[in-house]
Amino acid sequence: MGKLKYALFTGCTAKQSTPEQMMSTMAVANKLDIELIELTEASCCGASHLQDYDDFLSLVLNARNIAYAEKHELTMVTICNTCQLNTAMTKHRLDNNAELKAKVNEKLAEVGLEYKGTSLVTHFLYAIIDDFGLDKIKEMVVKPLNKFNIAPFYGCHNIRPSELQNESHNKKENPYNPTSLDDLIIACGGVNVDYEEKNKCCGFHVELQAPHTAAVLAGTAIAGATDQNADMMVTPCPLCHLKLDTQTKHSSEAIGREVALPVLHMQQMIGLALGCTSEELGLKHHVTEVGFI
Amino acid sequence: MSTGTITTQKVNFKVFRFNADEDYLPYYEDYSMDVTSEEVVLDILNRIKWDHDGSFSYRRSCRHGICGACAIKVNGRSTLACKESMTTMIEYFGNDLTIEPLSTKRAVKDMIIDKGDFWEKHESVTPYLVTDIDEAPTCENLVLPHDAEKLNEADLCIQCGACHYACPAVEVNEDFFGPAAFAAAYRFESDVRDSDTDRLKAINEERQGVWDCVKCYECAEACPKDINPIEKITKLHQMTFTAGIAKSNVATRHAVGFLHSIKKHGLLDEGGLVLYSEGLGVVKHIPVALKMFKKGKIIMPWNMPKSDNLDEIQKLIKSSSTAKF
Repeated sequence: MGKLKYALFTGCTAKQSTPEQMMSTMAVANKLDIELIELTEASCCGASHLQDYDDFLSLVLNARNIAYAEKHELTMVTICNTCQLNTAMTKHRLDNNAELKAKVNEKLAEVGLEYKGTSLVTHFLYAIIDDFGLDKIKEMVVKPLNKFNIAPFYGCHNIRPSELQNESHNKKENPYNPTSLDDLIIACGGVNVDYEEKNKCCGFHVELQAPHTAAVLAGTAIAGATDQNADMMVTPCPLCHLKLDTQTKHSSEAIGREVALPVLHMQQMIGLALGCTSEELGLKHHVTEVGFI
Repeated sequence: MSTGTITTQKVNFKVFRFNADEDYLPYYEDYSMDVTSEEVVLDILNRIKWDHDGSFSYRRSCRHGICGACAIKVNGRSTLACKESMTTMIEYFGNDLTIEPLSTKRAVKDMIIDKGDFWEKHESVTPYLVTDIDEAPTCENLVLPHDAEKLNEADLCIQCGACHYACPAVEVNEDFFGPAAFAAAYRFESDVRDSDTDRLKAINEERQGVWDCVKCYECAEACPKDINPIEKITKLHQMTFTAGIAKSNVATRHAVGFLHSIKKHGLLDEGGLVLYSEGLGVVKHIPVALKMFKKGKIIMPWNMPKSDNLDEIQKLIKSSSTAKF
């Protein structure tokens, strides 16, 4: 296998509220000898909200991001579930509708770009599973996480709608019984925790407009993991991470029960197992204490 | 008709039982059966009733995926029992299957639930055509194919409730209309013959309307008719702007705020978005913001990163914008 190389779409949170996610992505890529070319030209994907206001503009901006990955002739790797969904959905719609693609390209031509449809778009989690291989990760583990019960939190926008999501990777994920993150936990030597909320919504997207709904969903998820004896949660999505890590006070109040668990980004979990330091993984940036890890 | 060989395997069913007239609490009954690859979930419900316990209750009627009566949950997945093959269920969840009503807290008897909230919400979106009828028309009232396509298959909904009871927002917020009601609202809003003015206003209200959708895509996954309710919810969002009825509130400013931020930075300015969306309400976020600031999670406005080639993004926003607020 030659060296793996991808175009990295960081999304916005990795550059702001989850610096630890950016740090751990680069640390893990380094350990796995994966080359990530950052798409510094990329804009925000609209985070599933811009399209509520202006669908066409959202398509144009996301197509522009993919066009930059195409320029590098690389698969685009995302590290945020919502970036993944918005980008993959744009790709799906343009690849299956020549008229729409032409309309979008008419706009992109104004800035000298073209969306061709030649780059795949996949989340880092599935790039690791499909292209790198969990067996290889397993062989590289130097600090197995066998002391820890780890609850996977998949995040909606990596598993639903499944028909679209399963276009983006070889690993066929069942949205009602996903296994990719469980498999990754096991590969890192950890004990995967099964609980009802692992494939449910964290509420992040309505945090401002429906704070109670958001807090109940996040609180219920943390409680579900806690009740199955989880020591920590792990997620591939920085938005789920923000909701579960930084909002425990609201979540606890909403469900009438004190809840808080350390929440790792998927990259941090891999990094820990591969022997990265807590500095490299940005563990100091967590709001809920992760000291014992 | 199956062309392959019919196979049989043993499946253990854990079945939700409850009789609101007699039981204080629900319980689960175990049934073990040989299941053939030809069977659908409804066959199992029938066999439980016919072979094991005649008191077992569930709704069924057409057996052709059109009446919407037999929706239940298998291992938490909303399922139209007459349409879903047992082979798929075993493939999805293995040989231990839990059979439950769509909503256990609304159970009346076994699989039968009180769907009152579903119908009430359905009614709230004026789920019928509102138009002036010419009682003595001189010709047919034609709808062109191009206009009919705008319904986007929303008219295929059979009101089975699969999406409604898969929606986490419905579970938490009892005012929220839910995906089926929104799909119905879209069906009539997109009908060229309709002239109702209240429907869009109803789905635009906070708490009950589309703005409280959590965007989890559970409804898209659950719908047995592939209606993709969240796609209709997105279109309803857009319609509120097109119709000019979107009010300036935290939800609409949150959607529009993305545009402002992308125009300025390419990336989303997280702090700026909260401020723009909340206005003075931003003060309630200060305690969490302080915690985040201490952990290096908040960037000062003057350090806000920008996308390279920002001029391209700005040019595209100028030329490609299609909405106004």
